[in-house]
Amino acid sequence: MPSPLIESYFRSENLPQIWCPGCGHGIITRAIAVAIEKSGLDRDKICIVSGIGCSSRAPGYLDFNTLHTTHGRALAFATGIKLANPELKVIVITGDGDCTAIGGNHLIHACRRNIGLTTIVYNNNIYGMTGGQYSPTTPKFDKGTTAPYGNIDKAFDICNLAASAGATYVGRATSYHTNLLISLVLNALKNDGFSLIEAISGCPTYYGRKNKKGSAVNMLEWQKDNAVNISSASKMAPEMLEGKFLIGELKNSPEPEYASEYQKIIDKVMKER
Amino acid sequence: MTNSFKLMQGNEACVEGAIAAGMKFYAGYPITPSTEIAELCSEKLPVVGGKFIQMEDEIAGMAAVIGASLTGQKSMTATSGPGFSLKQENIGYASYAEIPCVIVNVQRGGPSTGQPTSPSQGDVMQARWGTHGDHPIIAICPSSVKETFDLTIRAFNLSEKYRIPVILLMDEVVGHMREKIELPDIADIEIIDRKRPNCDSDEYLPYKAEADLVPLMADFGAGYRYHVTGLAHDETGFPSNSYEVADKLIRRLMNKIEIHKDDIITWEEENIDDADVLIIAFGGVARSAKAAIKQLRENGIKVGLFRPITIWPFPQERLRELADKVKVMIVVEMNLGQLILEVQRICNNIVKIDGVNKVNGEIIYPEEIVTKVLEVI
Repeated sequence: MPSPLIESYFRSENLPQIWCPGCGHGIITRAIAVAIEKSGLDRDKICIVSGIGCSSRAPGYLDFNTLHTTHGRALAFATGIKLANPELKVIVITGDGDCTAIGGNHLIHACRRNIGLTTIVYNNNIYGMTGGQYSPTTPKFDKGTTAPYGNIDKAFDICNLAASAGATYVGRATSYHTNLLISLVLNALKNDGFSLIEAISGCPTYYGRKNKKGSAVNMLEWQKDNAVNISSASKMAPEMLEGKFLIGELKNSPEPEYASEYQKIIDKVMKER
Repeated sequence: MTNSFKLMQGNEACVEGAIAAGMKFYAGYPITPSTEIAELCSEKLPVVGGKFIQMEDEIAGMAAVIGASLTGQKSMTATSGPGFSLKQENIGYASYAEIPCVIVNVQRGGPSTGQPTSPSQGDVMQARWGTHGDHPIIAICPSSVKETFDLTIRAFNLSEKYRIPVILLMDEVVGHMREKIELPDIADIEIIDRKRPNCDSDEYLPYKAEADLVPLMADFGAGYRYHVTGLAHDETGFPSNSYEVADKLIRRLMNKIEIHKDDIITWEEENIDDADVLIIAFGGVARSAKAAIKQLRENGIKVGLFRPITIWPFPQERLRELADKVKVMIVVEMNLGQLILEVQRICNNIVKIDGVNKVNGEIIYPEEIVTKVLEVI
C-alpha cells in the first residue's frame, strides 16, 4: 500500500521509478513532495520542469503540471512559463550535469534575473543516465568512465555559483539530511525570487562504484559524516572543516522578483496610454 | 489600426501582424538582420499586456517560447541563420510535443557567421530538416511587406490550428525593405486559437488526437495536470518504450500535416496559361522574377511565375500539373540550389529544369533571370 503522501502527490500508476537501487533521487523527490504538501500551494498552479538525466525523470512521477524538456534547458523553459503566467509556482528539478554544464549559462542568468523559480539540483557528481562520465561536480582526481586516470577539472560549488550570480535563496542538504532538505525546499518555495537548493545525492551504481565508495548505505554515511551545518561551522576550527561541506541555509536575501518587476512596466505603460 | 496606410519595413510588419494575431509573449536574442523584430516586441508587447524577454542565448529564446505557449499564450521568437541553427533542438521538441509557436528566420548569408547584413535563401533545407529525426514542420515565405503582415498572422493561425511550430522564412530583402501598406481593420482578420479541452480533468488524454489528428491542448495551470516530454510518448503524454507507440506517434504527426495540406499550402501564379517557361521563385527574389517576366513578356516570350508561399510542405501537386503545361522550369533562389531539389524530385524527366543561383550576398537582379531565360529557350 502506498503511503498517503505517495497516493496524493505521486502518479502511482507510473511507479516504480527508473532509478537504480540505492540511488538518493527517490529520497530527494519525496522530500520535495513533503515540502509542497507543507506549503499548502494549490497543486493545479504548480509546474515542475526538468531537463534530461536521472534527476530529470522525477516530474513524470509527480502529479502536477509537468514538463520534461531538452538537456540543460529546463530553466529557460521554466522562465517562459513563469513570465507568461506569474500565478504559477514553477519548480525546476535538474542535475549537476544538466544544470551546471550544458545548462550553466541558463543557471547564471536565471539567478541574475531573480525570476521566481525554485530550483532543486540533484547532485550525484556524475552523469548517471549515460553511464558514469565525470560532471562539473565530480571532485578533482575522482574517476568517471571518461576520466579513467582521474578527473583533472576543478569541481563547481553549485551553491556559491548560484549565490554569486544573484540567486536570493540558496541552501544545501543531502539525501541523508531529509528534514533539513524539506525545510530548505519549503523556504525556497516561499521566496518570491530565484531559489536554488542543492541536494547531494548518492550514485552507488556509477560514481560510487568507480570511486570505491562502497554501498548505498556507506554513501549515506559519508553524507552524514562529512556535512557540517553552517550554524556550527563558525564555531569550528578551519582544520576541522577540511574536506567537509556545508549544509543549511547559505543565503537568504530577498529582492524584487523578475516577473513582478515586468508587471510594473506593463502597468506603467498601459496607464500612460 | 483602422484602415490606415503606413510606411514600414518587413520586420515591423511582422511585429504588427504578430500582435494582430494575438501574440502575448516574445523571447529572443539579438541577431542581424532580425533585431528590429525583438526591439519592436519589447516596445509593443507591454502595451497589450504581453511579455518580452531578452534571453541569454538563442537556445533559451526558443525554450522560453515553448514554456510560455504551454501556459496558453501565443508566443514567437525571431532570429537569423546562426541563431536558427542553435534553436533547432528545441524546434524539434515543439514539433514532437506539439507546442504551437512561431519562429521567424530573417535569412542572411551563410554558412557560419557568413554575411550578416546581406540577403540569402540558404536556410530552405534547414527550415525543413534542421532538427534531427523525422518530424512535421510548416514554413511560409513572404515576398512583400504587406505579405509579411498577413503571413505572420497566418503563421500563428496554422501553429494554433495544428499544434506545430511554424517558420516564417523571411530574408533580409523583405525584412529591411520599406513599403507603404494598408493594415486591415482588426475585426476583419481571421484569428484561430488552439482547441482546448472542456472535459473533466480525469478524462483528459493530452495526446489523444481528435478526428483532425490534432489533440486538444490544456493550458498549464487550468486544472488538467498532465505531462509533456520530448521522449516517445503515448496518448497519456507519459514516456513509452513501446515500438508501436513510437511508430504510431511519428506517423500521426506527419499525417496531421499531410491530411490538411490543402489548407496549409498556398502559392501564387502569374501568366501561367500560355507559358512555355515557368519561373519558380519565392521570398524577396520573387520580386525580381516578376520584373523579369514583365520584361520578357514585352518581348513576346511566354514566361510565367510559380511562387510557393508555403515552401514546407511544398506545393508538389500543383507543380506536377504545371510540368505538363510548360517546357522549362527555372528555379531562382539565393543559394546554390536547394528548392530546385524539390522541383527536380517532382518534375524530373517531364520538363527541363534549370536554376539561377547566387550566394555573394546580393539579391538576384531581373536581368540575370532574363539572361537565363533567353539562354534556355
